[in-house]
Amino acid sequence: MATITGHSDIDGAPLGDLGTTGRLGDRLFRGLSAGSGLLVIGLVAAVGTFLLVQALPSLARNQAGFLTDRVWEVDSENLRFGIPDLLWVTVVSSVVAMALALPVAIGVALFLTEYAPRRLARPFAYLVDLLAAVPSIVYGLWGATILLPYVRPVQEALGTWLGWIPLLDNSATVTGTIFLASLVLAIMILPIITAISREVFAQTPLTHKEGALALGATRWEMIRTAVLPFGTPGVISAAMLGLGRALGETIAVSLILSTTNAAFSWSLFSGGETFASKIANNAQEFDSPTKAGAFIAAGLVLFVLTFVVNAIARMVIERRKAFSE
Amino acid sequence: MTDSLTTAPDLSVRRAPRRGLDALSAGRVLRNRIATVGMYLAFGLALVPLLWILASVIGHGWHLLVEPVWWTNSQRNIIPDRVGGGAYHAVYGTVVQAIACSAIAVPLAVFTAIYLVEYGRGRLARVVSFMVDILTGIPSIVAALFVYALWVTTFGLERVGFAVSLSLVLLMIPVVVRSTEEMLKLVPNELREAAYALGVPKWKTIARIVLPTALGGIVTGIMLGLARVMGETAPLLILGPYAASINSDLFSGNMAALPTMIKENFGLPDQPAIDRMWASALTLILIVLLLNLAGRFVARYSGIRK
Repeated sequence: MATITGHSDIDGAPLGDLGTTGRLGDRLFRGLSAGSGLLVIGLVAAVGTFLLVQALPSLARNQAGFLTDRVWEVDSENLRFGIPDLLWVTVVSSVVAMALALPVAIGVALFLTEYAPRRLARPFAYLVDLLAAVPSIVYGLWGATILLPYVRPVQEALGTWLGWIPLLDNSATVTGTIFLASLVLAIMILPIITAISREVFAQTPLTHKEGALALGATRWEMIRTAVLPFGTPGVISAAMLGLGRALGETIAVSLILSTTNAAFSWSLFSGGETFASKIANNAQEFDSPTKAGAFIAAGLVLFVLTFVVNAIARMVIERRKAFSE
Repeated sequence: MTDSLTTAPDLSVRRAPRRGLDALSAGRVLRNRIATVGMYLAFGLALVPLLWILASVIGHGWHLLVEPVWWTNSQRNIIPDRVGGGAYHAVYGTVVQAIACSAIAVPLAVFTAIYLVEYGRGRLARVVSFMVDILTGIPSIVAALFVYALWVTTFGLERVGFAVSLSLVLLMIPVVVRSTEEMLKLVPNELREAAYALGVPKWKTIARIVLPTALGGIVTGIMLGLARVMGETAPLLILGPYAASINSDLFSGNMAALPTMIKENFGLPDQPAIDRMWASALTLILIVLLLNLAGRFVARYSGIRK
């Protein structure tokens, strides 16, 4: 999973601009590669700009508070749409997914780096990576048809015992709940968090580990005193990257979550829509630019949200790099 | 939990003396045991969904896949409650859209990686690298909305297969850039220096020496990138409406793809439609996993050896 944590070692590159001759071939090649790099920057900038430009007219005509009103009426010429419900469902489903996935992912990463027999560690790691290769629509399909009946008793039990917590209030009768979506999202982000945590755990200096063991620590104490403190920033950034992935997940959530007209509820056992699933569920009805603009505005918020989460994750891991090298 | 399973310098608890000055207290031994069991359980827990998903998709879907008609026919004129037809149209759409996407994404990504490893220094390279990271995290639905805003709203074009390919480009670039970059960094500098010493210009060194050396890893990256974009559904929902018959033209008309074929049959009460849904899911998983396995295989047997 080098693709996730890879960062280019720009300053440490040993060779400068040796070998450039200034001839046509060199100028062409340099131009092509620098151009591609610039194009990548341009692409990201264009995504933000285009979404903003397309969203602005609809936002200007919006007669409801975009950030405050719980409505979504975009069919008539009188646009009324707001995002608090979408924001809540998106954030809560992703955060719960991350909370569910994180402990397991750390356990798996520690298992693969510290416990698994060395010869089997690689194939085991590959098995976990395979989870990332399963297409998200298959997760949605599986969650909505196979996993659903097994999760319902869990929800009922939680609702009976802990129903007094608003998050776990089980009074609504919904088939596809936020809880189920979170569970499936947790499985989907597990391989991402595992892969990055595994990489940082594997980089723990051997001297730290040997030091702990030499002082008489058990293996668990060695992990707690040497591996985990060293790996914490990496794990935090892994969790953030997983969160970013969960925030933007579309089709799995869209297949699982039941859309409801019921009043807003804080409960995990109610339905709803995330930014991504709202856009996906209505994709066939983008007939007018103003209507599409409303959904593009929602997409823009999602873009900003994932951008911020990813940027924080990168910053955390970059800072750790500065200390460890 | 036998000792044969231990890795690292093995100084595990069991060999520590139980009595005497440096005996381990029962609490520490217990905590160590609990932690060990916990790690094994976590790994077991992670494998449950993988095996469960594979088992249910294979179990529900295999019987349609063994019929030759599945690979040769489309769903033209087949209503949900009727048995028959195949997934040829959807497999075709998925493959062709992915190939069109990689025709654009691969050169761009490889050159970006070359820039980052061979040319880029300082602030600009940093920004490029950061933007590649941001692209990695862009949700597929946002990429699709961007292409919608560009293709449909701005240029007034139709929703066609090529628009889907365009949005997939955004998702494929970061995968290929990162794996190519990793590979280029592994190419020993002695090779470059030797070329320069012989008077070979830099571009020729990259094109004739660095890239061929790293080819295996680049191919792996492309395959993993293809596997990622083939499984994407969100761009298809927004830009590629489903069609039940074969459409070989990327630039006009609706074009089927495996994810939209699954979506089309999802939630229908008729058994033939349910069967088709699982069978198309299995087809998609097969293609994606085969690409993945092939990618790892190439990586393993063509890697740069030190």
